Amino acid sequence: MNAAQASVPKNPSESEEISLRLEIDRSARVPVLFAFACAIFWLLAGSLLGLASAWKLTCPWLLDGIPWLTFGRLRPAHLCAVAYGWASLSGIGAGLWMTARLCRIPTIEPRLITVSICLWNLGLTTGLLGILTGGGNSREWLEMPGYASHILIAAFLLLAGWMLAMFFKRAPVAPYISEYYLLAALLWFPWIYATANMLLVWRPVPGPAQPAVHWWFAQNFYSLWIVPLGLASAFYLIPKILGVPLHSKRLASLGFWSLAALAAWSTGQHMIGGPLPSWMAPAATAAGILSLVPVATVAANLHLTMRGHFDKLLTSPSLRFTVFGAVAYTATALPGTLLALPSFNAVAHFTDFTIGHSHLGMYAFFSMVMFGAIYFIAPRLTGGEWPSAPLIRWHFRLSASGIVLMVMALSLGGLLQGLALADPDAAFKTSVAFASPFRWIRGLAGFLLLAGHVLFAWHFVRMLVSPLRGQAIPTLLTGSDARDPAIP
Amino acid sequence: MRGPTVTLFALTTVFFAGWAGIVGYSSLVLGHLRSIPDEETGNFLPPGASGLAIEGQRIFVANGCVYCHSQQVRQSPLTTDLQKELGLRATVPRDYLRFPAAFPGTMRTGPDLTNVGLRKPDANWHHRHLYEPRVVTPWSIMPAFRHLYDLRLIQGQTSQIAVLGLSGPHAPAAGFEVVPTGEALALVAYLLSLQQNYPLPDAPLPAAK
Repeated sequence: MNAAQASVPKNPSESEEISLRLEIDRSARVPVLFAFACAIFWLLAGSLLGLASAWKLTCPWLLDGIPWLTFGRLRPAHLCAVAYGWASLSGIGAGLWMTARLCRIPTIEPRLITVSICLWNLGLTTGLLGILTGGGNSREWLEMPGYASHILIAAFLLLAGWMLAMFFKRAPVAPYISEYYLLAALLWFPWIYATANMLLVWRPVPGPAQPAVHWWFAQNFYSLWIVPLGLASAFYLIPKILGVPLHSKRLASLGFWSLAALAAWSTGQHMIGGPLPSWMAPAATAAGILSLVPVATVAANLHLTMRGHFDKLLTSPSLRFTVFGAVAYTATALPGTLLALPSFNAVAHFTDFTIGHSHLGMYAFFSMVMFGAIYFIAPRLTGGEWPSAPLIRWHFRLSASGIVLMVMALSLGGLLQGLALADPDAAFKTSVAFASPFRWIRGLAGFLLLAGHVLFAWHFVRMLVSPLRGQAIPTLLTGSDARDPAIP
Repeated sequence: MRGPTVTLFALTTVFFAGWAGIVGYSSLVLGHLRSIPDEETGNFLPPGASGLAIEGQRIFVANGCVYCHSQQVRQSPLTTDLQKELGLRATVPRDYLRFPAAFPGTMRTGPDLTNVGLRKPDANWHHRHLYEPRVVTPWSIMPAFRHLYDLRLIQGQTSQIAVLGLSGPHAPAAGFEVVPTGEALALVAYLLSLQQNYPLPDAPLPAAK
């Protein structure tokens, strides 16, 4: 039995099925669209913060001498805005809708979920203001001050509680792989976040123990929160859009459990050769190589599902974004494994290479998958189609070209920078000089991304205000049946 | 999923393994490292930091210095950190007992600071550099931290703690002086205290040549 069939009812008539879906979409409408709207707001804010930090490394005189705009505050604000604002909220929105659809029950207490999203936004706003005014704690991915993380945890527990209730009330059909990823993310995120806050922010453990706890947190924030949300969406949407079952349920299961087992052990790869217990770095090297297993299973499974349907990439916006993201997920694993090898890490660590790697994972993979999810889900909630195919096309072009340019520039520049840093005969100045031209390119790529986000945000607002109603088919990218109204 | 109970149990177990292995081990073993008495001097190793330096670490954190500056000397021969004279020996976990928070860092956009107090022992150098980095190092891309300094009219004679040797567009006009605030004094005390020139049992200093 193939897994995607789990989302197809055993017997009930077509009309019952359709009315159930309509009921689910109606129940999820407000919280999911609200989560998406907030996510897109934070995407814009995060892009601006990121762009400003990027250009400050190129033109240090830019906005210089203003305390709340200093690089060391803008950069963590950028990271938190995109990680906790854009990534988490878009993932929560898509996850909420997928949970309702896969559990085959309408959202329980949608108003309470909306309240928890409000609370999350409050926590995040407080945290970002805290960072910009000098209250941050300078721990990557965890920068927001303790008072903000309390609010975020309360918001998440409220949300996770109600989503968990849906899993307990779900209809008795075989579970689909996306449900495992979503359930795991709901359970793991509060555990990861509360542990890190407890041991590093609220009541810090002594200094020697902090680095391992911190990098355990940062590694797991990505591997066990961001990745499950992204893969849940990719595994849901690709078969759904193609109208075919997922290639293999067993392969999907292997990928899921191997990811779950390996993630924590990659902690040491962020400190290879540094002050950690001697076993942690080798363990991370082993975990880094083994982590090719979950990645390979996902890649093979999705590729074999796609086989014979690649022409649909030309027409479906959701599919094009999602498949770009899924391919980038595989691409993220390769530098990830390289960074786990001590000899490579010794050169590439401490450089822009790691920044490129983060953007590969957070943007080329996760954000692109989330764009795909929003393009797919929003029409089902607003009751109309996306108003403009050209806007979607341009969003894809800008985002895809921007992130490819950015990652290539940072990877190449980072390697040169790393070679200079490692060369006993090179002065420090050389590493700055080597990285500099690539930082210009990265800054320009940032403008491409921002432009794509502005188009996307504008399109989303139009989608909320005046979606195209009465159109029989979705807004497609190309093809004779695609509507293609000019940008007004 | 006949109800998610079994799945939740499996998810908890698999997560717990990594959590106990990394977080539990670190908190229990590394969290109980203590400083040790130095038989020669009777002091403790690693040496404690002054209250002003500890306050300075707070300023270091508030301004996000760690995003560009690491504080760890990695092992040889895997890395060339020792050849590049970032320190006399590799950093070990016990070194992080000196301050309430440990910031090994992940970037060397700027130089490593493990031993900046040994390399740059002059407080006025740090004040000049923090006030306007490009006056000291023309190619530097470090932000200026002028908000940690006060521009004052000179009353009588120049203040003893006034920053000397400033030039460039932000240098004080005639009759004015730049004076570090308490935050700048603490930050510089912190930077000057960053010196890893003491031995530890697990990290002896190399024999003098």
